[in-house]
Amino acid sequence: MNRQDPTMTPIRSRPLDPPVIRLGRRGLMAGSAALLGTPLLAARGFAADAPAAGAPSAVIDVDRARAEPIPIAIPALTGAGGDSDRLGRDIAGVITNNLARCGLFRPIDPAAYLNQPAAPDVPNFANWKAVGAQALVTGKVDSEGADKVRVEFRLWDILPQTQIQGTAYTTTLSNWRRIAHIISDVIYERLLGEKGYFDTRIVYIANSGPRGRRIKRLAIMDQDGENNRFLTDGASLALTPRFHPTKDEIAFMSYANNRPRVYLFDLGTGHQQVLGDFRGITLSPRFSPDGNSVVMAETDDAGSSIYVVELGSRHSRRLTDSGAIDVSPCFSPDGTQIVFNSDRDGDQQLYVMGSDGSGVKRISFGQGRYATPVWSPRGDLVAFTRISGNTFAIGVMHPDGTGERILSESWYVEGPTFAPNGRVLMFWRETPGSSGGRGGSARLVSIDVTGFNERELTTPTDASDPAWSPLLS
Amino acid sequence: MNIKILGALSALALLTACAEKKAETAASTGTGNAVAAPSIVPGSEEDLVKNVGDRVFYSFDKSTLSSDDKGTLDRQAAWLGKYSSVNVQIAGNCDERGTEEYNIALGQRRANAARDYLVAKGTAASRITTISFGKDRPQPDALGHDEASWAKNRNAITSVK
Repeated sequence: MNRQDPTMTPIRSRPLDPPVIRLGRRGLMAGSAALLGTPLLAARGFAADAPAAGAPSAVIDVDRARAEPIPIAIPALTGAGGDSDRLGRDIAGVITNNLARCGLFRPIDPAAYLNQPAAPDVPNFANWKAVGAQALVTGKVDSEGADKVRVEFRLWDILPQTQIQGTAYTTTLSNWRRIAHIISDVIYERLLGEKGYFDTRIVYIANSGPRGRRIKRLAIMDQDGENNRFLTDGASLALTPRFHPTKDEIAFMSYANNRPRVYLFDLGTGHQQVLGDFRGITLSPRFSPDGNSVVMAETDDAGSSIYVVELGSRHSRRLTDSGAIDVSPCFSPDGTQIVFNSDRDGDQQLYVMGSDGSGVKRISFGQGRYATPVWSPRGDLVAFTRISGNTFAIGVMHPDGTGERILSESWYVEGPTFAPNGRVLMFWRETPGSSGGRGGSARLVSIDVTGFNERELTTPTDASDPAWSPLLS
Repeated sequence: MNIKILGALSALALLTACAEKKAETAASTGTGNAVAAPSIVPGSEEDLVKNVGDRVFYSFDKSTLSSDDKGTLDRQAAWLGKYSSVNVQIAGNCDERGTEEYNIALGQRRANAARDYLVAKGTAASRITTISFGKDRPQPDALGHDEASWAKNRNAITSVK
């Protein structure tokens, strides 16, 4: 179950000045992992330096993208016959699906293409301009032995006629989807100037069985719904999984042995262990941004209190003691603050405190009850579930409580989680069934943080409690 | 699954159906649950459910016991006093109109409220364990999306361990 990272080789990491396009392998470096780590400014720098005078580049500002998704051509990657042809088509398909689903790109219908590019040739820019493409993806797929594959990828900016990116990846055949996701992230980052979120996974709870006796299993899949795997057998309830920020590890809640507690689940070995030694129920775990501790709640006589548990020493420290329900804590990305849910003022509201429990301050003052706060990886927003009357909503507000915006409302939605770039949220939505317990549905839904591009994910069973992984590479 | 097991399951389903029918008939004739069916073993789970009352109900987002609830718990405490070898679990539950994590804590608070009452009435705390299922274990007869179902699911249920 251990994930396997493809080897990456930049073919050319910097664009050349047009019109000189050379496709030599000059500067080829093996095993560089720096490519995805290209800082935001580098991409923006490229935009500023783009030399084609007067011609608009494909590099645009993300906040403009809602009105103007980038038209991009993603023809099948060139194969060397047989399986590599199919793989070339499949990789282009995954990239197309990723970019279309994010709402910031408009893949051009292949039926409109004037020609098929033959990688690694320089594309016929005029033909791609004629079909309205601002950017073009080309590449080729080669088999390297029985189980190895090499995928070469180039990204072109059509108007200034430049190669923006050129990278080759080698990996095992079964790992080909990761290459497609990594390429999607490179395209996203180079054209939008911020990191993507396609080479990620979603851990969630798979729901099955009748409503009165729901079976809830821990499950994991790629962010596009592929490679689904069930991690627990459903013998006991599993709830609220969350990813470790750097390791292949999940914290979740399990009712194993009729003793509901927070567990750590090692994705590599499948090994589970109870976290800490608490008398009450432990619930609502989240890792600290450095991955060295977990903040969670323990039920007690009056409600529940928030604790932080160091993963090394397993030493725990109590952070709240309000005599009310304090639950659902989540660190700010810099680790200095914690947002949490409490009914200390009579009903569920959101509060922020220092990571040592000091300086508690209420931040939610709108109409209704607020729950499940989660801090954006960018630090600028807190997403939440709001319950007003008989309507549930997913929304965001600034960490000081200002600027509340509702993104999605319905009979029942809950539990937002941010993509690692803070750009997209996922949550779950339920629809009512019959009074006999049949029908109804639970689905994972993603939405842009601006409130547009709401989409359901396809899952093998009903699904709830999504948590987005960090970028895998 | 083999046919034998299927047969056993359907027989069980039939029995359950009969039991429910009997209970309904008893209620409609006004005898309520005051009359013990002769087959019920004293001190058993069935005794608790049929003759004592195994659950108390709460208002929305509350864990306060009503006078009805206190009456039920008084009977439970007396029953536990009579059957001193019986240990119980109290499970707190919530309706579906709340968020998952908060509801687990709220369900625990409801279980605690029932436990504290029994302890105050003389039941040894060591005989009672508590658990909360939040909103994850709605009652099979309360799966509707309406106040009648929600009211049934805002409960603390005592069962023999």
